[in-house]
Amino acid sequence: MDFGYQINPSSAVNLDQVDRRRYDALVRLSPDAATCMGCGSCSATCTSSAWSGMSVRKVLLGLQRGRDAEVNRMLSACMLCGKCTMVCPRGINTRQLILTLCRLDKNGEVVR
Amino acid sequence: MIYQGKQKIWADYQKEIPDDHWFYVRSCIRQNFFPASEKYFLVICRDMLGRDIFETEHHTTCAGIAYHCDTIPQETAMTVVARQFALMTEAGYENFVTSCITSFGNYCEILETWREFPELEAKIREDLWKACRREFNKPKYIAHASDLVYKFRGEIAERAKYRLVARATGEPLRIVEHIGCHYAKMFPHKGVGGAEYPCVLSGMAEAWGGQVIDYPERRHCCGYGFRQYHIKANRGYSLSNTHKKFESMEPFHPDMIITNCPGCPYFLDRWQYVISEMTGKTYGQNGYGIPALTYEELAGLVLGIDPWDLGFQMHQVAIEPLLDKIGIPYDPARKYLGVDEKKIKTPGLPTTLKCC
Ligand code: SF4
Ligand code: SF4
Repeated sequence: MDFGYQINPSSAVNLDQVDRRRYDALVRLSPDAATCMGCGSCSATCTSSAWSGMSVRKVLLGLQRGRDAEVNRMLSACMLCGKCTMVCPRGINTRQLILTLCRLDKNGEVVR
Repeated sequence: MIYQGKQKIWADYQKEIPDDHWFYVRSCIRQNFFPASEKYFLVICRDMLGRDIFETEHHTTCAGIAYHCDTIPQETAMTVVARQFALMTEAGYENFVTSCITSFGNYCEILETWREFPELEAKIREDLWKACRREFNKPKYIAHASDLVYKFRGEIAERAKYRLVARATGEPLRIVEHIGCHYAKMFPHKGVGGAEYPCVLSGMAEAWGGQVIDYPERRHCCGYGFRQYHIKANRGYSLSNTHKKFESMEPFHPDMIITNCPGCPYFLDRWQYVISEMTGKTYGQNGYGIPALTYEELAGLVLGIDPWDLGFQMHQVAIEPLLDKIGIPYDPARKYLGVDEKKIKTPGLPTTLKCC
């Protein structure tokens, strides 16, 4: 029946069912990924962010929530300029982290 | 040490609820949605438990819905509320109990605003005097009606005719609760347990024999959200919120939902029909829905009040499977009888959601 409105798809994340293999592999290869406190300084300084939505903070969060497609979309917009690395208060080498991530497939296997 | 720390944290979530002498204000929408709930609040508290609960026919809306829908400024709502306080003062009461969660949030918000901006309170006092020559004292205590039923839950349990257990197995019923956002989230310390430890409804359910199920979206909005529902273009957003709650509670197979807000039981009840028509999905057993009850209806049920007097024929989701499960007798022929046993109209049946 058409009521003139619809149910939007839910954005709920079931953490019990999330596939975190890629995130776990990243933390194994670049342990500093686990020290991110989600401050967003990286996103604020990112030149690409304004037009592409790239955000290292969101990439790390997306990985922990199993949102692989969203993560890949953001990664493809990175210019590897390294500005985010310069502002991270945790001293995370975010540029190296992005490069490591690009080598991992969604199962957490090193493919490149 | 850990125990003492916990006690201290818990103390912050407690609320002083005076035992007696309350000035009661009704909700504008509840009387249409679930018309017997307020009546039976008075029957239970006044007639059965002997408390002094006063109400006057002169009280009006609190203007909360218009305020939350952005159709009137807060000053207008404040003047309306000031008039309710004037009625309370004139009747000689100091404790103010509201039937509606939105009113409760509205009263708390206004009192807090006046506390921070005394000049605004002075202006409203002046406006009220100019408008209707009335003066008021601020209430000493503000409670929501569910606070009182929570306080009296032990007394209700002592008088209970039925317990919330499945008659066939003796197992406690699986109950999910939904706490009203305007009760628990606007001023968490003004409600029992806030949104972190929502115990006002679960306390009742457990005292009357049920088992409370903690589901992931327990604290999520029921979907009403005022502007989300009242503006048709946003209505899908309202429905989606409620849908999210159902999807979250479904794996736990609840026997019923208990709520303390006017909007919540309405949307948790009626949207089950809309979802079933849109998607073909129902959330109860055997094609039925999950009954969504107000706390007064639940109290009335355990006290042995006739289900049709409690107004369950006004629910979209059929209550009969739940009554059968508890073992509460009912006469199907009386379901659609109104005042003086006159037949009221029988509603049409949904295509998917099973109703009795
Ligand atoms: S390296 Fe990538 S993510 Fe970091 S600031 Fe540059 S474009 Fe943005
Ligand atoms: S700046 Fe560093 S700590 Fe802050 S969100 Fe980005 S990666 Fe995480």
